Amino acid sequence: MSPRDLLGFAARALRGHRLRTGMSLLGVAIGVAAVVTLTALGEGARRYVVGQFAAIGTNLVIVVPGKTETTGGMPGMGGVPNDLTLEDARAVLRGVPEVDKAAPIVMGTETVAFGERRRQVALAGGTYEMLEVRRLGIVSGRFLPPLEWDRSAPVTVLGETTARELFPGRDPVGQVVRIGDWRMRVVGVLAPRGQQLGVDMNDVAVVPVATAMKMLDRRSLFRLLLQVRSHADLDRAKERVVRLIKERHGEEDVTAITQDAVLGAFTSILGALTLALAGIASVSLAVAGVGIMNVMLVSVSERTREIGLLKALGAERRQILLAFLAEAVLISSAGGLLGLAAGWLAVRGLVFLYPALPASPPPWAVLAAFSLSVAVGAVFGVLPARRATRLDPVAALAGR
Amino acid sequence: MIRLEGISRTFEVGGEPVHALTDVDETITAGEHLAIMGPSGSGKSTLLHILGCLDRPDRGVYELLGRDVARLDEAELSLVRRHTIGFVFQFFHLVPRLTALQNVELPMVFAGIDAGERRERAMARLRAVGLEARASHRPDQLSGGERQRAAIARATVLDPKLLLADEPTGNLDTASGRHVLEILERMNAAAGLTLVVVTHDPAVARRARRVLVLKDGRIVHRGDGGHIQEAIEILAAAENGP
Repeated sequence: MSPRDLLGFAARALRGHRLRTGMSLLGVAIGVAAVVTLTALGEGARRYVVGQFAAIGTNLVIVVPGKTETTGGMPGMGGVPNDLTLEDARAVLRGVPEVDKAAPIVMGTETVAFGERRRQVALAGGTYEMLEVRRLGIVSGRFLPPLEWDRSAPVTVLGETTARELFPGRDPVGQVVRIGDWRMRVVGVLAPRGQQLGVDMNDVAVVPVATAMKMLDRRSLFRLLLQVRSHADLDRAKERVVRLIKERHGEEDVTAITQDAVLGAFTSILGALTLALAGIASVSLAVAGVGIMNVMLVSVSERTREIGLLKALGAERRQILLAFLAEAVLISSAGGLLGLAAGWLAVRGLVFLYPALPASPPPWAVLAAFSLSVAVGAVFGVLPARRATRLDPVAALAGR
Repeated sequence: MIRLEGISRTFEVGGEPVHALTDVDETITAGEHLAIMGPSGSGKSTLLHILGCLDRPDRGVYELLGRDVARLDEAELSLVRRHTIGFVFQFFHLVPRLTALQNVELPMVFAGIDAGERRERAMARLRAVGLEARASHRPDQLSGGERQRAAIARATVLDPKLLLADEPTGNLDTASGRHVLEILERMNAAAGLTLVVVTHDPAVARRARRVLVLKDGRIVHRGDGGHIQEAIEILAAAENGP
């Protein structure tokens, strides 16, 4: 019996019971679609996080004051024995050759006002280098001018949301706003950006770092971002930066984080999440398998006479087994294909609704979902098929 | 062609043994036309099933074409059924979702004959039973007589040596029944196909060259040639009497 004849025989048998076949096929389709969609969500979350990190630069060492583990608490929020100062930043830039650019950052909260409009925003003190190191973009005007780091200037660059709220329908460049008690000239507007490292870069006012330190009355940096020349130098640069600051402070009181460490942690967490989602969705495939088994058992008992006839015509046990297995596998693989299509549609729908989430099922999940659906038919089809082969031909012909 | 020696078959029914066949000895020569008669429960169907290798005797020897088939395993038995034996049933047993042609092709599908040859041979068989024009009809679009003729085409498409018919006219009107019998007899005469018909219709049995009468699992009479009438009378007595 050729594979083609086998499939033809099975397909004709299934066409006789369209509703029943369709229902059990649907079960498999839902299972496969669930695997595809849920893993696409997990993978989307992972890609989103990776994308966020890539957006702030991959060759980045982030120095935060305070000795904390990357996994514990909020760096920089605990007791800080020594300030991380602009002088430290300068020393790092001079003393660590792997470091290409340094962007010292101070953070606080301030009210920005223009006329009657007021808005509470994040106040970021930065430097000219921040534009490149943080991968920011400018839609109007320009970024902070290349000043000496300890020089103040009454200029500000507004985030996209801040600009829109304070200057609806107008270009704020050239206007003077009040930030706290200070009057600042707007020199530029940032390109829209999502959340980055916990700061909404859309709702922000950026001023020169020395100015921000005065406004907020701070001596310590919130962070020091260091751009390393080459990705290969990242770990060495990190070590040398920590050692250098330790020498200056007399103790190791800063923490240096590389993207890789944080990214690695996120990737493994989200990878595990994706796997867990795939596992949960696979349970529905197993349930669909029980459905197939049920349908095939009904089919075997309905076709008892036919099985008796096949035996009388000289069909071997193996052939009868294969014929019924082929039916189960046909149901499950057709359901699998339908599920892939439905899953693809669901993922497209998700991406349409949430464009920020780059949801896409990982290839291994697509492959696994389909193979699993085929396997489900083969495994759950065995019991009914074996039942068919074991029928006594005389009793089967009599319909018993 | 067939030698039965001491064939016995016992079933358990409700915990009690029922002796369907007891010590049956018989020889059937190639090309014979044999009728097996007997009242219900006489064991004639059991005998037919054993002859057709669908059932095995508990004791005795069944030699088919020189082979002791009682000793063959399940896989070998299916090959014997496929190539040596054809079945015709009272209820036709056509597969309802398949056309007449596909039904006739079915044994060849399991024999692994390729599609082109299958079609040709099946059409030739349908032509032989006068169903060429009905090839693409499904069983529910055929009359009873046509269904049985399609079933005969299917039973003979792999050129078996032995054709077993279990009440082949039991579900047909007289005219269709006669037509079916004529086809069976023509195959018996022309192709030398050994034909064994189980029936309790004297009109059917009368057409056979030899008649076995079974009662309570034993052969109680062997009639041949002109003595068929006598066998039928014995049967009538067996059915009516105690």
